[in-house]
Amino acid sequence: MGETKYTKDHEYIRVDGDIATLGISDYAQSQLGDVVFVELPVLGKRLAKGEEAAVVESVKAASEVYAAVSGEVTAINQALEAQPGTINDDPEGSGWFMKLKLSNVSELSDLMSEADYKTYLASI
Amino acid sequence: MSDVTPLSTPLRHTPLHGRHISLGARMVGFAGYDMPVQYKEGILAEHLWTRAHAGLFDVSHMGQCFLIGRDHETTARALETLIPADILALKRGQQRYSQFLNDEGGVLDDIMVTRSADPDEDGTLMVVVNAGCKEADFAHLRAHLPPHIKCIIAEHRALLALQGPDAAVVLERHCANVSAMAFMTGSSTSFDGIPVHVSRSGYSGEDGFELSVHLDKVVVVNERLLAHREVKPIGLGARDSLRLEAGLCLYGHELDPTVSPVEAGIQWSIQKRRREEGGFPGFERIRCELSHGSSRKRVGILPEGRAPAREGTEITAKDGQKIGTITSGGFGPSLNGPCAMGYVESTHAALGTDVFLIVRGTPMPGKIVPMPFVPHRFHRL
Repeated sequence: MGETKYTKDHEYIRVDGDIATLGISDYAQSQLGDVVFVELPVLGKRLAKGEEAAVVESVKAASEVYAAVSGEVTAINQALEAQPGTINDDPEGSGWFMKLKLSNVSELSDLMSEADYKTYLASI
Repeated sequence: MSDVTPLSTPLRHTPLHGRHISLGARMVGFAGYDMPVQYKEGILAEHLWTRAHAGLFDVSHMGQCFLIGRDHETTARALETLIPADILALKRGQQRYSQFLNDEGGVLDDIMVTRSADPDEDGTLMVVVNAGCKEADFAHLRAHLPPHIKCIIAEHRALLALQGPDAAVVLERHCANVSAMAFMTGSSTSFDGIPVHVSRSGYSGEDGFELSVHLDKVVVVNERLLAHREVKPIGLGARDSLRLEAGLCLYGHELDPTVSPVEAGIQWSIQKRRREEGGFPGFERIRCELSHGSSRKRVGILPEGRAPAREGTEITAKDGQKIGTITSGGFGPSLNGPCAMGYVESTHAALGTDVFLIVRGTPMPGKIVPMPFVPHRFHRL
């Protein structure tokens, strides 16, 4: 199982071979508040790094979730449709959004390690 | 939250500010005040708690003032030159909802007016106004009231709202006989010996009370109410989701200087005598709209799926023609789904009309439905 990496926009990806699981960090879900709806991409969609990948709605507002790396959507977490609150309960586990088949593995080096992300969180 | 305060202006604090912080509130600038949008449990939990038990809201940012004349008729007639409600007919202690109107019949602010219950204060009316408009409202009153009516801004008073099915039983532990109060009445009474003005009204659709209390005593009153297991502190986030489900207007969204009370569907607050006699700004337009209908109407909209449709969302007819805009929308925790209100052309405003809501560029189906989305549970004798 690969390590988890983070973006400055509080997305995480967990890489396993050339498949990355993407979601939002615990910090992000606590900032958002209760999630009431998630709009996920269609299977097969090709996302470029930094492109809008999903929209997550809390009671008060909608927030964009960006693709941490480029890839093709190979799976989406359909359980979130009935239980969007899973994102709050277990954001980095069962609250995952989608899986991407990576198209450019070198992009991983632009992302923060878990330790760097913790340092980043302390600074904001 | 809607209002954005420029960084250069320091935000004002209510007397409960320190308390909100110590309870772990997430604060936001609203109408020039640093206010709690939620506490630790979050908006969903706070909303549901209020409908199940009792929620306590700090609404001290709102404006309160007293209009004082020689007797009730004198003060009432003076205020009636600015608002379309029948204030003359108010019994002692009776409260009414109304609006300051401009010359075009548009709403400058929505307000609550209470006639004093005290026979020694026969000429006194208490007015509560929105925080964001209070400076303009007070200036409006001072500019238009005749010199024989005094307008005293109650700068020394804070305001709490206790809302929910347990509100009466909780408040009764501190204020004798509040359970017997009729809806939309108010009186000065004692909260454990502390003078308070209590009215049975609110903004949640539930039974509840608003308490006006001196700045120096509001912290104590607040603490004693929070001590009950039925009561939790509630932020402005849940205040908004509660009133949205209740189908209640929010100034700056459903009400603004271009919107008349008839368009907003609150013509019930213009009592019969005023509809016939007028004597308030914008009477011509309102009389015309009451006779012939208004060109647009506030409606409730239920999006079909689970995606919320928010303020600013375009509303179209089935054929794609734009017919209106959403003025408030979000997720209703008690409804367990999205709900919204907005204005549509009257020709397309019939209940049951299928519409599209353009969310992130995509037309999503919805339907025009009656409001409230969640039934009101105001105290009725």
